[in-house]
Amino acid sequence: MSTPLKFYQVGSFAVGNRLLGDEQLSVQSRSDRTNSLTSGHRACQGCGEALGARYVMDAAMAATDGKVIAVNATGCLEVFSTPYPETSWRLPWMHSLFGNAAPVATGVAFALKAQGRSDIRVVAQGGDGGTVDIGFGPLSGMFERNDDVLYVCYDNEAYMNTGVQRSGATPPAARTNTTHAVGENPGASFTQGKNLPKIAMAHGIPYVATASVSDLHDLEEKVTKAMSMHGARYLHVLVPCPLGWGTRSEETIKLARLATESGLFPVYEAEDGVVTATKKIRKQVPVDEYLQIQKRFSHLFGPKGNPELVKAIQEIANRNIAEFDLLGEAQ
Amino acid sequence: MSKPFAITLNIGSSLANHTGSWRSERPVYVNRMPPCNNACPAGEDVQGWLYEGESGNYEQAWRNLVRDNPFPAIMGRICYHPCQTACNRADVDEAVGINSVERFLGDQAIDKGWQFTAPTTKSGRRILIVGSGPSGLSAAYHLAMKGHEVVIRESAAEPGGMMRYGIPAYRLPREVLDAEISRLVNIGVRIECNTKVENPESAIKDGFDAVFLAIGAHLGKRAYIPAGDTVRILDAVSVLHMTADGEPPLLGRSVVVYGGGNTALDAARTAKRLGAYEAIVVYRRTQEKMPAHASELKEALEEGIVMRWLSTIAWVNSGAVTIERMELDSAGMPQPTGEFESLQADSVILALGQEVDLSIVEGIQGITIDDGVIEVNEFLMTGRDGIFAGGDAVPGERTATNAIGHGKHAARAINSWLEGQTFVHAPRPELASFDRLNTWYYSDAPKKVRPKLDAARRAESFAEVVQGLDEATALFEARRCLSCGNCFGCDNCFGVCPDNAVIKLADGKYEINLDYCKGCGICANECPCGAIDMVPERS
Repeated sequence: MSTPLKFYQVGSFAVGNRLLGDEQLSVQSRSDRTNSLTSGHRACQGCGEALGARYVMDAAMAATDGKVIAVNATGCLEVFSTPYPETSWRLPWMHSLFGNAAPVATGVAFALKAQGRSDIRVVAQGGDGGTVDIGFGPLSGMFERNDDVLYVCYDNEAYMNTGVQRSGATPPAARTNTTHAVGENPGASFTQGKNLPKIAMAHGIPYVATASVSDLHDLEEKVTKAMSMHGARYLHVLVPCPLGWGTRSEETIKLARLATESGLFPVYEAEDGVVTATKKIRKQVPVDEYLQIQKRFSHLFGPKGNPELVKAIQEIANRNIAEFDLLGEAQ
Repeated sequence: MSKPFAITLNIGSSLANHTGSWRSERPVYVNRMPPCNNACPAGEDVQGWLYEGESGNYEQAWRNLVRDNPFPAIMGRICYHPCQTACNRADVDEAVGINSVERFLGDQAIDKGWQFTAPTTKSGRRILIVGSGPSGLSAAYHLAMKGHEVVIRESAAEPGGMMRYGIPAYRLPREVLDAEISRLVNIGVRIECNTKVENPESAIKDGFDAVFLAIGAHLGKRAYIPAGDTVRILDAVSVLHMTADGEPPLLGRSVVVYGGGNTALDAARTAKRLGAYEAIVVYRRTQEKMPAHASELKEALEEGIVMRWLSTIAWVNSGAVTIERMELDSAGMPQPTGEFESLQADSVILALGQEVDLSIVEGIQGITIDDGVIEVNEFLMTGRDGIFAGGDAVPGERTATNAIGHGKHAARAINSWLEGQTFVHAPRPELASFDRLNTWYYSDAPKKVRPKLDAARRAESFAEVVQGLDEATALFEARRCLSCGNCFGCDNCFGVCPDNAVIKLADGKYEINLDYCKGCGICANECPCGAIDMVPERS
């Protein structure tokens, strides 16, 4: 899950390197990348979702010789990329309703099949609200029918477009505009939430993977692999949101890195419902390091803080580390 | 154009929307001073030549290196590499083995016969350099590269100064020294050996426009030690000089060396090679206080040199020296204890430091001496107009690398002085400190250590102790450079911008597209080497 060049200054982890041969370059290090989501979009400064969407779609375009149709759920990504009459998309792209990206994508896939265009592939994408809440039922149907669609969820852990309301993917204790930091259990409720990668795995679909904007090489490999397969595939990408998380715009990638290195966001892939690979933690950090720099968790720290809740969040990370063997030897 | 109901605008790309107007800060590519360059007494652009070396372009790397220091093969053997002490990579895993890569480049240059190219236009100015040690040769090189005519006068039989007569051949093989000196001769530097300069002032009268005194410090310091007549007492400088001349002194089977500097260790290791059965170094303070470099001590101990810490020589008599045990007082100074011990010794070598032979400047109006060395101003000029001095003969750390730095600095100052100007240093960029690096992106890679001759074998000969790196290893080592504070083309900024506002240029550099850059700062934050600053926009 890295470039084949080890032990260069940064060969294994940076986007590229001047010393790499053409065939060793990541999609994002190529001057001729598609820029599927191009400049001039109206995402906030440091938007993780804009970055994640370009990473995914550029990789998908590179894997299919530029033959991708994108179907978008309602959400930030749709709003900031296509305020009428402008569009930032440089590929065929359509938007219908908040909850129906999956069934519309299914329809596109079947229409292409009816036309005999097996070369054109379909990618559906949405935020966590459109995926784990509003579009949950139709998405489950798409999985169950094993329709030939890659569904990508850009998870920024709340409804950011409408003003930061809690979603089924909002982490415990996080403050949103519908889960205020008051009372005995401040912030979002302390449950598992909806763990969609696991729910997708439970459908036994050919491919499920998680990824983040902090590990480009891993993300591109997963998209490339997903595009080489057929049937229902699901990719869940963690995309930090400076606005909703209350973080500095330059720390978007750092936050994604801390989420994975603390164990709170396990990065893995599964085929036919079985985990086949996990991305190991390189430099483990306590969850505090990740939580402390986010205003949505500020009520957990300081004189009026809540060390018990921090401990409970660390427990979640510990469980992930144990479940996915995140500290084990890299494969 | 007819439009559907309620539609008034034409469809178009979001490129029409210049989001750069949102920006309050802009990213700016910067070049900072890497700690290795900052620490180099010879002023080498270490990061710069490693950058060339990383792509396997060794000749370009070498040419970049010799812009500042004409002796990479020598430096790669005898420099105490303060660059590596300063290297930021030490805080990630281990410092980059800069010194071994430098040696590799120097050896490549000798193998391939790479030469300097002197300028074709000559200045018509003549400069006399007194002494052919590292500072004299370095000054000669830099002056010749500026088109001046350079004559070096050397009192010894061969050029090199302390590099030939102070540093033993097992650390610096003479063919390496000869090869690097011959390159200077090839660009027209004239070296007149066996020629002692008595009066530098008369040289100016004889048509030299300036004189650079690079006379070194060749007199061994003596100390009074009560002694009988059966033990030979020599000074380390003479022992090393005689050995270099091929006429080594007879030292006997048991040798005691008195002192704690590099010269003491060189003398002890040389004594072993000359057949001494036992070589003991007596030093009055502790290992921590010892001025010799740790790597030299380690190699000496591996060769069986015995160290007697906290000891002084009280007297010498009939085949033995009597040493007194010392204790450190609260101020850290050694104090006698009255406990004595006898060591067998056929000869005693004093390595108590070196002094400058100042007879050459006696009687010259304006030249002043302080604490045994020649006083110079910031341009290395003495009190006599047109006479400059550097290296061990002036205040400063006495290392070959420092002397080479002096030579370069003197050459620039002389060049400016000849043109009636004052030399001005280029402004130094801010330091590329460790906290500006994003070390996440650097993969772990330990340093390749140069192989060493088996300690037991090497103590019998003057064969070179430390061997060089092979090409693959040197390349690997060069690529461990973090490129602190200077872009090395990793594409991170190009990849991580959420707004595609970084443009990758054909020459491998990058440019910010300010039409779309929103100033989020991710590029600066994720730059591995800290080569991007965020600068506030003017309101």
